[in-house]
Parts: sequence; structure tokens; C-alpha cells
Amino acid sequence: MEIFSNILIYFVIVPLLTLAGLALCRNKGIGAIRTVAVTGASALMILAITLVVMFLQERGAGNDAEMILTASWTWYAPLNIKLALGVDGVSVVMILLSAFIVFAGVFASWKMDPLPKQFFLWFFLLSTGVFGFFISIDLFTMFMFYEVALIPMYLLIGVWGSGNKNYSAMKLTLMLMGGSAFLMLGILGIYFHSSADGNLTMNVLEIAHNNAIPENWQLFLFPMTFVGFGVLGAMFPFHTWSPDGHASAPTAVSMLHAGVLMKLGGYGCFRIAIYLMPFAASELSWIFLTLTGISIVYGAFSACVQTDLKYINAYSSVSHCGMVLFAILMFNQTAMTGAVLQMLSHGLMTALFFALIGMIYGRTHTRDIRDMGGMMQIMPFLGVGYVIAGLASLGLPGLSGFVAEMTIFIGSYENADVFRRVLTILGTSSIVITAVYILRVVGKLLFGAVQNEHHKQLTDANWFERLSTTTLMLSVAIIGCFPNFFVDIIRDSFLPVVKALGEFFPVVIQ
Amino acid sequence: MAFDFSILVLAIPLFMFLFLGLVGVKMGKKITGVVGTIAMGVTLFICYSIALTYFFGTDQGQVVNGVRQSILAYDWNWLTFTDKLVVKLGILLDPISAMMLIVISTISFLVHLFSLGYMSDEYGKPEKGFQRYYSFLALFTFSMLGLVVATNIFQMFIFFEMVGVSSYLLIGFYYTSPAAIHASKKAFIVTRLADLFFLVGIMILSYYTDTFDFNALMASPESALSSAHGQTFMGCSVMAWALTFIFIGGAGKSAMYPLHIWLPDAMEGPTPVSALIHAATMVVAGVFLVARLFPLYVLEQGAMNIVLVVGAFTALYAAAIACVQSDIKRALAFSTISQIAYMMTALAVSSNVGEGIHEGGLGYMASMFHLFTHAMFKALLFLCAGAIIHAVHSNENSHMHGLHKYMPITSIAFLIGCLAIAGIPPFAGFFSKDEILVACYEKSPLWGVWMAIVAGMTAFYMFRIYYLIFHWKKHEVKEGHHAPHDMQWTMTLPLIILAVISCVAGLIPFGNFVTVDGKALETHTNWPVAISSVCIALVGIGLATKMYYKENKLPAQLKSKFNGLWTAAYNRFYMDELYQFITHKIIFQKVCKPIAWFDRHIIDGTMNLLADMTTSASFAIRKLQSGSIQSYVLVYFLGAILLAAVTMVIVLI
Amino acid sequence: MYLIPSLIMFGCGVYGFITRKNMIAILISLELMLNSVDINFVVFNRFLYPEQLDGMFFALFAIAIAAAETAVAIAIIINVYRVAKKVDISEITKLKF
Repeated sequence: MEIFSNILIYFVIVPLLTLAGLALCRNKGIGAIRTVAVTGASALMILAITLVVMFLQERGAGNDAEMILTASWTWYAPLNIKLALGVDGVSVVMILLSAFIVFAGVFASWKMDPLPKQFFLWFFLLSTGVFGFFISIDLFTMFMFYEVALIPMYLLIGVWGSGNKNYSAMKLTLMLMGGSAFLMLGILGIYFHSSADGNLTMNVLEIAHNNAIPENWQLFLFPMTFVGFGVLGAMFPFHTWSPDGHASAPTAVSMLHAGVLMKLGGYGCFRIAIYLMPFAASELSWIFLTLTGISIVYGAFSACVQTDLKYINAYSSVSHCGMVLFAILMFNQTAMTGAVLQMLSHGLMTALFFALIGMIYGRTHTRDIRDMGGMMQIMPFLGVGYVIAGLASLGLPGLSGFVAEMTIFIGSYENADVFRRVLTILGTSSIVITAVYILRVVGKLLFGAVQNEHHKQLTDANWFERLSTTTLMLSVAIIGCFPNFFVDIIRDSFLPVVKALGEFFPVVIQ
Repeated sequence: MAFDFSILVLAIPLFMFLFLGLVGVKMGKKITGVVGTIAMGVTLFICYSIALTYFFGTDQGQVVNGVRQSILAYDWNWLTFTDKLVVKLGILLDPISAMMLIVISTISFLVHLFSLGYMSDEYGKPEKGFQRYYSFLALFTFSMLGLVVATNIFQMFIFFEMVGVSSYLLIGFYYTSPAAIHASKKAFIVTRLADLFFLVGIMILSYYTDTFDFNALMASPESALSSAHGQTFMGCSVMAWALTFIFIGGAGKSAMYPLHIWLPDAMEGPTPVSALIHAATMVVAGVFLVARLFPLYVLEQGAMNIVLVVGAFTALYAAAIACVQSDIKRALAFSTISQIAYMMTALAVSSNVGEGIHEGGLGYMASMFHLFTHAMFKALLFLCAGAIIHAVHSNENSHMHGLHKYMPITSIAFLIGCLAIAGIPPFAGFFSKDEILVACYEKSPLWGVWMAIVAGMTAFYMFRIYYLIFHWKKHEVKEGHHAPHDMQWTMTLPLIILAVISCVAGLIPFGNFVTVDGKALETHTNWPVAISSVCIALVGIGLATKMYYKENKLPAQLKSKFNGLWTAAYNRFYMDELYQFITHKIIFQKVCKPIAWFDRHIIDGTMNLLADMTTSASFAIRKLQSGSIQSYVLVYFLGAILLAAVTMVIVLI
Repeated sequence: MYLIPSLIMFGCGVYGFITRKNMIAILISLELMLNSVDINFVVFNRFLYPEQLDGMFFALFAIAIAAAETAVAIAIIINVYRVAKKVDISEITKLKF
């Protein structure tokens, strides 16, 4: 079929092949399972890097179409549901991010126990959903892949999790499902108003070009879609699944979840909610700006008093992901670029955090910072990793967090209206609060005297743990040191959105 | 271009940071230190050659029509915000950055050298974490150099953050000590708070002027200021707000009141670090920042007055506290705060009204001059303190006393430092301080007298420290300890070098090199001011001699007489407690905890309530599905009869 | 005329089915209803289409099915009795919910 000549489809095929490969493994054959998983993850990573190169070549060759590498295959004609593929700069970097995190996640779950085969099966099914979401530009296909990514989460947390896992898994799945109910409504609404002349379509690009959704419908559908994706993006007050879910999830799942799955939210908000309904977006943005502004500060303050490492990072994620949605709602190219950078940065850095926490927890069997101390003396590699992740999170120049936050703040301030500026300044205050909670954890966890005598026998990281964390640390540093590489890829992708918004909202088009 | 190799100034320390940090563990400790020091020596050499070429070279176009130009040696695009706002990383050479290159590289090199001895035990065996120490020193040097050569305000902000982090890492070097952890955390968070204002200031400034670039801003400061089109916010122009916010950023790093609280605590770090970061280089970053944006500040008198008031108040406040501290490093820290406030004040008293920016820029020149000399003699004092602490293993002056006999070289070096800071001719401090006083008198006699009083107090507290360390009474050598003695050459040599610089640096005709507009500024000694300031200094010294040279009862009597004042000053006027109260009692207890509670109970509660309601609703209706066929049949049968009845009724009617 | 006993039988069957708790009794009530329906088949066949025998055959067929069904039901009841030691349906609620 013609569609198989498109590189994008392989982002779904490779995880599916890996699934098949895993299915062939024996339950106890841990060696074979690892081999297949690593092969699959590496193949994805190579594919992602190839995709970036191809993208740059295409753009370099002057192909400035909105989406490139497009392909389409109808799989349910009565509703015009197609497997429509296509990527722009945003999806390309998101795919790259996902590939890195899947890669690191495989190594972080090297010693998964029990049922390693089943774990990796679900893990790769989740990856399939994630990649599928980013490569498709058909509303229904996106929704389908979104659900594919969601369901494995329930089992991954429910079976392999720790602590109050049943409650968390249930809460996470139900809240996200609640979100997708809204989303489904939104998508159907968009579909039935997608065209003025009756040629209904599910294709995002076509809908955007038709620009036919009536304004009163937009006002109804925009909140639906935005909240639907906002739940996944941990928007206040729909964020409470995140702390519990993260705390109970196994390491690799936390990584994938915070690293990639939460990004689906931000990506969806931008790609579907704002892009397709610019009028409602500019009318209603103040509500969601307020909510996301609250998210930023609220998450940071909440993180200050937590004592469980995973809770701290989960609340920190609320704050950082709030910043993503916040920046997207600022409606100018710089802030939106910053939002994508923040997604990248947050994805990598939170994955790093969760990987390290998982490794520390695997050794000490506690995540309560009051019971730990002086880890730097015992496990220097993990300690240094944690400090680097922390510094990235609080925005040290040279690491990714700084670049992303600064782009967001400068971009947000470009808006001339007072409301947005006040919120921006409020948002900037989070850099101080972030410093407070990060340093608090670092001080308690890593520095000081060893609290527990038993901890003195613990060992530092293994080779596979080092590989996993080093990959992430390097990526964080690369984004931090050479941001313009990514900015160039991302930036132009926002032109169509900004143009669409420009009709209703005094955006700065640079 | 002769400045092509200026990139090495940044590249070498950065490389050393990565190299020592990654490979250092595998190398021997001693070798790491030596390699780090040699690399710093190379950097020092390059910095000197750049600065000397800049000041004395003739063929690079540094001086055009008697005006020193600023030279853009490198400028790379690093991060694109918008088409106009692009963050660049580059190297800008102008008088103040060239001067700072000299200051930083000199002190950094000497500290590298000094630390070889200081960070080892008595038998010359390096401490744990030696590699880490040198790698962090390299990181700090890189960040600080990057800061001073910044071509734009955003690069400056980037390196502001970087020095903040390296300072955090170095203060917390002894990471097993709770005090050090606490101090490092405090230093970082307080300066971060200030950086927040800095960032907001940058956002405002760049929004209106559409540029980060210093050269573009300085090219026409008037148009930069008027770009806000007279917009005001709460009665002040937007630009005044922006400049005030930027000043707050600088004030955080420079430990101006009320953001000074981190600096005394930062003394928990190793002493050479205190000398490098918290006395000579990083803490003057704020002064440097204001000096960098001086053409803007000087046009915006509102912001300048804030700088003036804050600077003058801090100078007096810190001097008062320094008079009673018993920990020598803390006393020196407050002295540093006071002296930096001096520089701030000097900047703030400059004006462009009356004689124009050239003549009015005396304060600017004096401030930079004082920055230079202060860096030298304060580093000297700190390194001496380091040597003393290394010898007696304590910071408290009650454990010292009478060390003059045991450590003569250190004693003389310290004395030179004290004379320099007190402003006794011909030592360096006299010249720079004298010019600051002249500039203050020109602004208004009030500030002149105010600063002169601070100068007197400076002389008093420095000599108090000196006497309490080296004289007062005979040193008691504790049982089982060696008698203290002067240190090995790596530690003594930096002292001697710095002492020599402190003696002669004042003779540099500074006005020829560093002025606000690049033209040479003739300075004349203002005899009345000079004589009166020397007299005040002498009075201070005399008073200190009377009270502290020989053990006597006078200090104790005075202390009991002014007990309230003494205790308040000793406790630094309870600023720390105030901050503690605000952060812990208010923010932590009254903001964070309720938010966490709200999250757990209200928001989560709502979600759980929804879930519980669903469950209880299904429990309520599950009775319908009893599973007993009999009841189904009953219902079915009744329904059937009802239907039949209804049908019959319809049919019949 | 023939329909009256059929109606009574059916009513008794329904009543028994709804009120009895014993499974055997319920089964008997079920058989009663089934047989009343069989009678109806035969009666209506006789009155409406006397020349055809479909109703008769249907009744015979239903009797055969009823026999099989009763056998199955009795088997289930005996098995339930073996496990639960009772045949009272209000007490056998293990499979409920």
C-alpha cells in the first residue's frame, strides 16, 4: 500500500512489531524480552532521529507546507475517518522526545519484576498510542490513539505499581476517561460543523482551512476540547489524578506518563482546541489563563510541603505543565514556542527525576525525605543526577528548563494587555518557589548526615541505570546549550495558528 | 583582531569545569589541584594580555578621538525569542569589563593557589572532594567572566544565575554540615528572589526598547528611556520601574539591605571561596550591573535615588553590625556589605546635570576604582582570615588573640589590608575612597558627612578585628595542638602579592582608563575632603587602639552600658529572624500548608465525593436487579396484565 | 369449556412460581404453566383448524422438551443441593451481584 512508503507509519508499526516479538518470548526468558524491548526502543530512536533529519531537509529544500510527509488512508468511509498522517515542527520534536523517553524507560525498567513480558507488552502498547497520536492529523484517529495510550496505564499502575495502587490507577483512569468524554463530545461537534458545504471531514488541516465552525458552537465546543485535553495536561482543578498516579506508578510508567503522556494534553490543546476554534479561544482564554496561572503557583506551593519524593515531583509537574498550557494561551509565537520547549524540557527532566527516584526507592525502599539523608555520600552518581535534574527544574542556564521558561516569560510579556502581563509576572514568581522546593529536597535527601545506618550498605547505579539517566541528562543539557536548533524547528509551525488567532485577537505576529 | 583569542577566557575555565568534574575523580587529588591552578594561570595570562592590549594597545581602534570604544569581540545567536529579541552570547570589551577581567582572573588565580594549601590538612593531604572543589571554582570563574563580558542584558542574567549556582555549590561544599546546607540554600533563594525582579525588569525594558543589547541601549539612552512613551504605572514611569527592578536584581547579588541576609551565612563555605566569591567578585556583580546600565540610570533620577538611599543606608547599617561581630569571617562579611554599598552610593551620586556626564561621572569612576581596590584588599583580608582559621581551626576571635608572635607574615598582610580599607594614604583604599567622598560632597554635604562617618566606623571595626586577632592578650595554645604558624608558600605567596597590590594600586591613574564616557577624567585631590577623611580614619583607628590593643575592661563596660544596642547589632538587628518569620511562619505555614490541605481535601475530596456518589447510587439501584426470577416474573406478569387491561380499555372504548 | 382448567392451571402455576421458595416447587409450578399452555394448543387447534394437526404436534413436542428441561433442572437442583445443602432460593445468594 502506498501509505507504507511514509516513514511516519513506522512509528506505529515498530512498537506493534515489538509487541509481536514480545508475545513470542517465553514468560521467563528475561534475556529475550530485554533484547526485543531494547531493539524496539532503539529502532524508534533511530527512526525519530531520521525523521528530524528528513524534516530539516524538507524545510531546507523550501517545503514550507504546514504539514509535511502527509499521507492518508481511509479506514471508515461513512464517517470520513482516515489514517491521515503528517507532521510539523511541533510533532517532530514531540516524537523525538517520546523516542528518547521510551528508550530511557526501557533501561529504567531493566529489572522489572514480576511479569516482565506483560509489563513490556503494555509499555509498548502505550508507546504505540503516544506515537500514533503525534503522527496523525485526523481527529478520530488521534482520539483513538489517545485512548490506546490511556488504557495500558490502568494496568501498568494497577499491577506493577506500589502503595495505594488500586485507588490511584482507578482515579487516574476515571479522571482521564472523564476528560475523554468531553473530548469525544468536542470532536463530534467539530466534525459535524467541519464544513459549510456538507463535505464533512475529520482532517484537522481541512477543518482549519474550512474555518466553518459557527461562533456559538465554538463557544460550546472549545471548553469541551480544552478541558478534555487539559485534564491530561494536569490543569487546575483537574490535576489530582497526577500526584496519586505518579506516586503509585512504577518508574518507567511515571517517566512515560509525565514525560510524554501529559504532553498529549498540551499538544492537543494547541492542535485541536485552539487551532480549530480561534474565535472561542480568544473569547474564553481568560478563564483558562486564570486556571493555568493558578496551576503554576498552586503546584509550586503544594510541592513545598510534600514529603514524598514522587509527590513533590508530581506537584512540580502540575506547575510546569500549567506553564505549558499557560504559554499556549498567550497566543503568540514566542510564548507558544516556549510552551513546546517547556514540554520537551519538562518531559526529559521529569523523566530523569522519576528514573532517579525509582532507583533511589529501589534501594532504600522509602520515598519519604524525612527518612533519608546524606545520599550523596552513598550513591554519588544518582546524587549528582538528582542535582542536575533539580537545577534543570529550577531553571539553571545551560540546562533545558531555563531556555523554556525564559521563552515563555518573554513571549507572554509581549502581549500588551494588562491581564496577561499581570499573570505573566505572577507566573514568573514560580521560579523562586521552584528553587525553594527543589533545594529543600536536595538538601534533605542528598546532603547532610546519613539518617539511616542501613543505607550505608547501598550501592551506586548499575550500568543500565547509568545509561538510562545519562541519556536523559545529556538531552537536557543539549536543549539547554543549543536551544536555537529546536527553536528553529518549532517556531514556524505556529504561524498558521497565530494567523488564525490574529483575526480575533491582537496578537503580535513577528 | 587581537581579541580573537578572548574566547579562550571563557573556554578554558568551562573546559576545566567539565574536565575536572568528569575525569577528576580518576586523577589524583593533588594533580587535579595543580592542573586547575595551571589552567587558571593560563586564563590569567590571557586576561591580562587582553586587558593590557585594550588599555594600552594602539592599533585596534580602542581609542577614537580620545574616547575609549567598546569592542564586540564575539557575538553568537543563542536563542531567538522574536525577530528583534535575540539572546546572544558574546564578549564585549570596554573599560569596565577589561578591568573586571583583571580583577577576577587575579583573585581567582590566587585563590586557586591558596586553596592548594587551605584545602589540605596539616600534613598536606588534600581533603575529600578536592576535585569537586576545583571543578566548582572553575565553573565559578567561567560564570563570573561570562558575566562581565556580557554583550547584552540577557547574557548578564544568564550568568547571574550561573554565578548564583556556583556560589550555591561552593557554599554548600561541606555538604554534610547542616549549617552549610542551610546557608547555601538561603544564599540561592534570596538571590533567586532578587533575580526574579531582575527578570521582570528585563522583560519590561526589552519590551519597550526591543533589544537586549547593551550597545544598542547605550547608543542613545534617551530614546531608550522614551520608548515607553511616557507610560506610567502607579505614578512612576515604566522605565523607572524597570530600572528599579533591575537594581533589585543587582542588590540581591550585592547583598544590599534588605537582601543582605544571605552573605554573612555564606561564610559557611571554605574561606578561599569567601574571598573569591563573597568578597571580591560575585558580590560586586550588582554594582557592575548598575555601572553597565549607568547611562540609563543617570537619566532616570527616580531609580537612581532608590539606589542612593539603599546604598547609603546599607553602608551605615552593615558598618554598625560589623563593629560587634565576634566571628571574624562574619565581621569581614559585614564589612564587605558596607563597602559594596559604598560603591553603589558612589554610582548613585553621579549626575549628568550641571557639569554634564563627563564631570558628573566622577562617582562612576570612583566606584569602579573602589571596586578594583576593594577586591584586592578584601581578598587579602579574607585569605589572611583563611590562613588564621586554618591555623587555629576556629572562626571565633575569642580563640585567637595574640597571634602576631606566631604568624608575623599573616599579621603584616592583614595590617596592610586594614590600613587600605581604612583609607590611610598611601594604601589603595585611600585614593578610591577619597574620590567617592568627593563625589558625595558634590551631590550634597549630607551624603558626604554620612559616608565619612561610615569611613570612620570602617577604620574602627577593621582595627578592632585586627587587634582582637593579633594582639589583645597572649595566645593560649591548647593542649595537644601545635602552636599556630605561618603557612606554606602556596598560601603565603598570594597574601604577599595581594598586600603589594593593596599598597600600590591606589597610584594607578584610574581616571585615564575607566570613565563613564570613555574620555580620560582628570582627578584632583580635594585636600579638605582628603584631610578630613584621613582624620576620621585616624580617629577610628585610635579609638580601636584604645579599646582593643591590650586586654582591658573598656569594651565590656561599653557593652553593658549600651546593652540593648549591642545585642541588637550583634543579632544583626533581627533581620534574619524577620525573614525566618515571614518564610516559615507565613509562607510555609499559612500559604503552603493550607494549599496542600485544600488540594488533599477539597479538590481531591470533590473527586472522591463524585466517585463515592457513583458507588452509592449504584448500590442504591442494584436492589432492582435482585437476581430472583420470581420477582422478575411478578413484575412481568403485572406488566402483562396492565398492558392487557389497557388494550382492552382502548378496544372497548 | 376446555379453556377453564387451562386458565386455572396457568394461574396456579404463576402463583406458585412467584411465591414458592423451594426450587422443586418452582419447577412444578413451571410444569403446570407449561402443561396449561399445551392444553391451550390442543384446544385451539381443535376449535380453529380441526383439519390440521399442527397444534397437536406442537403440544407433543413441548411435552418432550419439557421432559428434557425438567431433567436438566432437576440435575441442577440436585447439584446445588449437593453443594449448598439446601434448595431454598432465597438462601442461595452466592452468585448474586
